[in-house]
Parts: sequence; structure tokens; C-alpha cells
Amino acid sequence: MEEIVSDKKIDIKGLKCPYTFVKSKLAIEGMEKGQVLEILLDYKEASNSIPKSMEAHGHKVLKVENINDTDWVLLIKKEKD
Amino acid sequence: MDFTEDQIMRYSRHIILPEVGGKGQEKIAKAKVFMIGAGGLGCPVGYYLTAAGVGTLAMIDNDDVELSNLQRQIAHSTNTIGMPKVESAQATFGALNPDVNIVPLKFRLSKDNILDLIADYDIVIDGSDNFPTRYLVNDACVIAKKPLVSGAILRFEGHVTTVLPGDGHCYRCLFEEMPPPGLVPSCQEAGVLGVLPGIIGGLQAMETLKLILGKGDVLKETLLIYDALKTTFRKVKVRKNPECPVCGDNPSIKELQDYEANYCSS
Ligand SMILES: [Zn+2]
Repeated sequence: MEEIVSDKKIDIKGLKCPYTFVKSKLAIEGMEKGQVLEILLDYKEASNSIPKSMEAHGHKVLKVENINDTDWVLLIKKEKD
Repeated sequence: MDFTEDQIMRYSRHIILPEVGGKGQEKIAKAKVFMIGAGGLGCPVGYYLTAAGVGTLAMIDNDDVELSNLQRQIAHSTNTIGMPKVESAQATFGALNPDVNIVPLKFRLSKDNILDLIADYDIVIDGSDNFPTRYLVNDACVIAKKPLVSGAILRFEGHVTTVLPGDGHCYRCLFEEMPPPGLVPSCQEAGVLGVLPGIIGGLQAMETLKLILGKGDVLKETLLIYDALKTTFRKVKVRKNPECPVCGDNPSIKELQDYEANYCSS
């Protein structure tokens, strides 16, 4: 599978909900439709809730990956302004 | 607009909402609202709009805080009795949210100053307690084409309506002329259960935020009537009156007139 290149990366390690989503949402708002946001986080609950909220906002979740003992990487494609 | 970390925290419950987001919060932060009165209605309206982070909040009121206000005017306190209401409210709102530019105006609103005062503002909120002011504000907003969120309370009943000049009714379409002084209850009779202005002012603040955000429906061509004793909300349709003296097709009121009458205006 082809590697997806993100257009913007944010590191929200250390943040808890709801600020995990607040930060992610502000980041994606500043992007163009079709671009991909990469989110690095270490708050487990957010690895479920951010993808769910992003889909509810009309965006597409491309990847949710647990990369080590503590961290997750999410890839979200902006599909709605 | 770049929010500070503190602002992101402060407004996070707004930003999370799909209807608001960072862009909506930016609109709120740029909004300039002009509030008539810092009393029963003005206190909750100003309090919530300050919490919401509006850019500029002007308020005009010529009265000082009295002990009898404190049963309902929640921005004032026992410690601010005797202080101008606009200064007392400014201290309260400023402590809640230092982001908001609060403009206190301690003088009487009149036909000679209102158009200049509201010229730089996006939305006018009427929380006055007397008919001459209510008609003056309506006519000025129609002439200046400023959205107006109007509220009124008496005893156990409250009214809210939103006037969008050129797009719907105005207050005179609803009640063309002021009631004759004999029909207006004197201030002594006009008791009010203290929570009522909180509910009506809350509705006015909500109408204002929706106007700023451009989301949802506002009370355009609608009068909302709340009966606190029965706990009912009733929406009454109000048509724009083509013969309205101020917003009709051939208006007779083209400039502001003298609104003074023998009403109690406390
Ligand atoms: Zn009218």
C-alpha cells in the first residue's frame, strides 16, 4: 500500500479530552479540502473519540495506529469546510 | 485568527460544536454588540456574552445600583450599591473574561445620540424597561438597519423578538403605537419574580450569538411569549406590516421623534 503523506502534523501528547479534539479540530479547520492531518497523541480514549468526532464533522479517517506502548498516530483527510 | 492556549481552553466547549468551531469563535471575538440597559435583562445578557467572548460589549445606563435591584440584577452586588450600574457591571464582566472590550456609557439614551452610538456596532440588544426607549430603539435600528434583539418582562411574563430591518417585522409592526400612559402599569405595580429576567436575558443572549454565527433560526417575524407561572413558551407569528409607520412601504417616521411621555422610567 502506498504511504500516505500528511500535509500537516500536530503533536498533542500530554493533552486530555476534550482538548485533544479541540486542538485537532482547530488544526483541520486551517487546512484545505483534500489535505491530510497527522495527529500524534498519547491519550488512549482520544484514539477512539477523535476519529468518531472527525467522521461526525464530515472528514475521513484514513488511519488509526498504535505505534508503541503509549502513542497513537491518526491520519484524517479533510473532506468538509 | 490565532487563539492563545488560554483562549483555546476557555472557548473549548464552543470550538467542539460543529456549528461553531474555531471559525465561529473568531466571529464571536470580532462581534461588536450594543446593549441598552444594565439592569434585569442587561445583566444576564452581558454576563453570557462576556463569557462567550464577544469582541466589544457596549452598555448604556444612567442609573446607579440600588439595593432593590439585587433581587434580579445579577451583575451587581451589595458592595456596588451606589455605583453606576455600567461600572458595577463592567467590574463583574471584566473579572469573568478580560478578553472582552467593555464600553460603559453612563448617560441617557436619546433621539439625538442613539444613531451615532450604534453606528459602529453589529447588533443592538434592548433590555430597557420603558416604552419610550423601546420605541426609540426600534425606530433607530430600522433607520440604521441594525439587527435588534428585543426583550421585555413584567411580573411573570416575558417577551423576546428579533428585528432584522429589511427582512421581517419591526416592533411597530407588532404594536404600532405606545400604549397610552394610563394603560401602562406604574413601576410600583410592576413586580417581577427575580429569575424571569435571567430566562428572557438568556434567550436574548442566545439570539445574539446565533445572529453572530449565522446559525439556526432567530425570532424573525415571531414574538416568543414565556409564561413563568404556567411554564409555557408560545410563539406568535408577526407579519411585517406594509403600512408600518417606520418599516412599511411609505414610512411616516423618517427621523427620530420625541418619545418622552409621562411614563415611569426608572
Ligand atoms: Zn414595522
